[in-house]
Amino acid sequence: MIRFILSKLLYLIPTFIGITIIAFSFVRILPGDPVLLMAGERGVTPERHAELSAQLGYDQPIVFQYFDFLARLLQGDMGNSLVTKKPVLDEFLALFPATVELGLCAIIIATVIGVTVGVFAAIKRGSWFDQISMTLALVGFSMPIFWWGLLLIIFFSGILGWTPVSGRISLLYYFPNVTGFMLIDSLLSGQKGAFTSALSHLILPSLVLATIPLAVIARQTRSAMLEVMGEDYVRTARAKGMPQYRVIGIHALRNAMVPVVTTIGLQIGVLMAGAILTETIFSWPGIGKWMIDSISRRDYPVVQSGLLLIAALVMIVNLLVDLTYGLINPRIRVK
Amino acid sequence: MKHLLLCASALALSATMSEAKTFVYCSEASPEGFDPAPFTAGGTFDASAHPIYNRLTEFKKGTTEVEPGLATSWDVSEDGTEYTFHLREGVKWHSNEKFTPTRDFNADDVIFSYERQGSADHPWHQYIAGVTYEYYTSMAMPELIKSIEKIDDYTVKFTLNQPEAPFLANIAMPFASIVSKEYADALDAAGTKEDLNNLPIGTGPFKFVAYQKDAVIRYTKNADYWGEGAIIDDLVFAITPDAAVRLQKLKAGECHLMPYPAPADIETIKADPNLKLDEQAGLNVGYLAYNTTVAPFDNARVRKALNMAINKDAIVEAVFQGAAAPAKNPIPPTMWSYNESIVDDPYDPEASKKMLEEEGVTDLSMKIWAMPVQRPYMPNARRSAELMQEDLSKVGVKVEIVSYEWGEYLQKSMEAGRDGAVMLGWTGDNGDPDNFLSVLLSCDSAGEGGANRAFWCNEEFSKLLKDAKITADPAERTALYEQAQVIFKDQAPWFTIAHSTQYVPMSNKVSGFVMSPLGDFTFETVDIAE
Amino acid sequence: MSDTSNLAAPVKLSNAAIRRRMLAEFWFYFSQNRGAVVGLVVFVLLVLTAVFASVLAPHDPTAQYREALLVPPVWAEGGNAQFLLGTDAVGRDMLSRLIFGAQYSLFIGIVVVSIALVGGIIIGLLAGFFGGWIDNVIMRMMDVILAFPSLLLALVLVAVLGPGLTNAMIAIAIVYQPHFARLTRAAVMSEMKREYVTAARVAGAGNLRLMFKTILPNCLGPLIVQATLSFSSAVLDSAALGFLGMGAQPPSPEWGTMLAEAREFILRAWWVVTFPGLAILISVLAINLMGDGLRDALDPKLKRS
Repeated sequence: MIRFILSKLLYLIPTFIGITIIAFSFVRILPGDPVLLMAGERGVTPERHAELSAQLGYDQPIVFQYFDFLARLLQGDMGNSLVTKKPVLDEFLALFPATVELGLCAIIIATVIGVTVGVFAAIKRGSWFDQISMTLALVGFSMPIFWWGLLLIIFFSGILGWTPVSGRISLLYYFPNVTGFMLIDSLLSGQKGAFTSALSHLILPSLVLATIPLAVIARQTRSAMLEVMGEDYVRTARAKGMPQYRVIGIHALRNAMVPVVTTIGLQIGVLMAGAILTETIFSWPGIGKWMIDSISRRDYPVVQSGLLLIAALVMIVNLLVDLTYGLINPRIRVK
Repeated sequence: MKHLLLCASALALSATMSEAKTFVYCSEASPEGFDPAPFTAGGTFDASAHPIYNRLTEFKKGTTEVEPGLATSWDVSEDGTEYTFHLREGVKWHSNEKFTPTRDFNADDVIFSYERQGSADHPWHQYIAGVTYEYYTSMAMPELIKSIEKIDDYTVKFTLNQPEAPFLANIAMPFASIVSKEYADALDAAGTKEDLNNLPIGTGPFKFVAYQKDAVIRYTKNADYWGEGAIIDDLVFAITPDAAVRLQKLKAGECHLMPYPAPADIETIKADPNLKLDEQAGLNVGYLAYNTTVAPFDNARVRKALNMAINKDAIVEAVFQGAAAPAKNPIPPTMWSYNESIVDDPYDPEASKKMLEEEGVTDLSMKIWAMPVQRPYMPNARRSAELMQEDLSKVGVKVEIVSYEWGEYLQKSMEAGRDGAVMLGWTGDNGDPDNFLSVLLSCDSAGEGGANRAFWCNEEFSKLLKDAKITADPAERTALYEQAQVIFKDQAPWFTIAHSTQYVPMSNKVSGFVMSPLGDFTFETVDIAE
Repeated sequence: MSDTSNLAAPVKLSNAAIRRRMLAEFWFYFSQNRGAVVGLVVFVLLVLTAVFASVLAPHDPTAQYREALLVPPVWAEGGNAQFLLGTDAVGRDMLSRLIFGAQYSLFIGIVVVSIALVGGIIIGLLAGFFGGWIDNVIMRMMDVILAFPSLLLALVLVAVLGPGLTNAMIAIAIVYQPHFARLTRAAVMSEMKREYVTAARVAGAGNLRLMFKTILPNCLGPLIVQATLSFSSAVLDSAALGFLGMGAQPPSPEWGTMLAEAREFILRAWWVVTFPGLAILISVLAINLMGDGLRDALDPKLKRS
């Protein structure tokens, strides 16, 4: 097993180097000069421009800048944001919990509903439930979620007034930031109503973010279940008179979960892309919105380190999925 | 330990919450930081300089007049190069968990606040990697200030290299906020210099409590404030970048006041019985600058003819949706020395065509540059350009609209020999006419690094500005600036577009909000009815 | 698999006849799937709308009727029969803009898929055919691209290239092409071991001929399925880029861009928000329905599961 993990890790190194090159070079060829953007309408003298560029290190040869970037990276220094002057890593860590909270909530919704619907659709294959739920799943899969979010806001916040428009918790509540997860912090604070408030702020964004993964998981669960249910041992179990729920629960579900777990793991990339849109719509202070803002502000260090961190994150999650997969299904390891 | 303390203060806060008056402001942008000196965005100053800090001089609420702040009075030497400030006594610094001040505000703080920006070898000049002092530099403070001396604890003398009439207004600007030297020393000792920017200590009407990135900033009333002090107990900034969402939150009662509504929403806001709307002409100007160094735009009559071909009112209507005043002068009407008597060139395509023919300009084709971004002085440059294009085609001028990425736009539009007329604008920093006229139209700023995008260098005009700058008497200065505006209108280096109106929607419960002509949002005078 | 057995029948058939048989078989499976047929019908309608946009649209999509701003749809109070689906903030006819928007979406889908498909196939063929270090380098590069969330990478790419429709399409295509490259490579590698390839090689077929004439046609199935999927994703992602202000620029009636412009009216004028999104949803759904049908018909492994 350790060899398996090590080989997987080794495999990641060239990919990671590639990622640093992409993150670095993309950002460096972005048109637009942060020094000019900082100066705005006022303009900046050529001397001052040179001085500022030198201060930011942008006057060095590009290859030198890249190795400088790598060297700092190895020391854990991702540079400072040009806008806030704060370390990029600090900013990332300050916003990351918000995105994780949103993403976790979404993936939980997607998994619970998706797997349940998928299993039932498979059992009741061809029934109206199967047909309707699979049609809905395809609709969900085809959903432009930025529009879907707007619709939900119009309906639940605008017309019904049930949910708040944006933010993570009502401003009435104020408590220290212990874990960064609003749901947990609100409970820790012991303030009445804080948890409910946090939950009501979380519900629409996580529903929106869950839409596509939910559809994918439901469809995947259904087809995995159907495949497994057609296999010999399930048929045998059935023939032996084992009750339906045990056949499904013990044999079919467990085996069908292998591809489903992979699917869930693969949704992390989808979630990150979705988070960019969802956070923009709901003014959710997470890393998706942070990246968008930084791109438009030409905040080089944030964009490059942000890209790097996100890609690394996706890689790590994929690795974990691979490993889980290896655990569930030892045959893979041998391959 | 830090958490425990925070918890305790949070409990204390929540315990008093029911009686406390909390004012929520749906702000537009996250602050870049809480030290006002290194940053340039208005939203940053609303969150830092205005609630937390004070300056030697301050702008009187709702005006651009200068009044005493941390300096109670000042003497100016005969030749206008020495300013001696008498400082206010008994001004208390804020405190937080890590810092309790042992002394009041004094001259050391003033000197520290200026020198850290001005001298490159000051230990606090680079207290965060990459920090720069753009406002200090661009207001030409390094060239202006010769020395700052402490006479005694409550007297400071500034010596200037030359007389500078706008100096008192300059030091009322956010970048000149006074920070505590004692706090800086404490941070230095603790090795957490960056907290000067993260956990600010000031003398202002509100104390900083906490900032949650991109979400919320909290302040509490400074009970020991030297002035009248705030009425509300707690001030909260709910950061909401999207105008539609801000309005929705305002309607839902989630906040009390918001900046920058979308022009399209003004009517809805006016119709809403629970909301009210303050409005004021903004301290800005949007313009189209010809390149006056290139034929045929080097001919003032041609420029004037083109100006007469463009229907200004149509732009105000279609682009600003009426939320602007057509501009005839390069400075806005709310600014002192605005020349009322100037008559704008009429919209008259016939006369324009004739004038162009007289000057021998036929078959003219030109470029109009439209900014790619929305600015306070111009909500939609592209649409304006399209309207101009259509108007100019009626007098036989073919227009091609060009645009670049914003940084590139700013750079390329200042390149000598630029092809075409550039749309741009300006928002005032300190309410002084010099801040518009010298920056945008003087000979000095027509070269590289300047902002005179018409490349217009009129000796007479520039001379008037220079004289005005070293004249102390306001009446005399006014006369000089009025004269300068006459030359401007006669020479027409720009097509002046409009001065956009600022709107501030707020809940009916809010009273006492004073709009600032400089576009600041300050809350020490506001109250909320329960 | 009784239905396919006749294909393997040892009767000698002309190429045309085989092709006809295959098509018939394909259509049989495809038409089994009701959803796929519905999707196909909608898609054809969409294509017709796009092709005949200038005939169908009642107004010029960029013409501004200054006296009719934000007119609601005809059935709503205050509606106007001149503007069936209402007008937007500057008085442009929604219906006409939506009709012309179909052109954009189809165009984007086609361009993105073509670039990604061609690029992916070439890269995949190279990697699969030559193997060794070429394969390694290429596949690591693909891994790198796939490590970034697609929308984020596309966003940065568009920022690099400059916002606009062309650049948005290029960016999306670059982000999509690794999927095609991987598929092609996998297919090539498995096909390489097959007898017919060895036979062709023995017969003296050159590398190029081998790649394009012999191997490629045999791995078209999964590629077609992936192409359909990418088509719908391309429509979605380009709309998302437009929504974020990085795709097609106003005033072009691209659906995502329309949504971005409509955002400020979300509570005032539901129709400017609802219709463009609905148009995106319906087109993407139709293409996905078709994709499901295609997969059932082309991919024997997943057949009727």
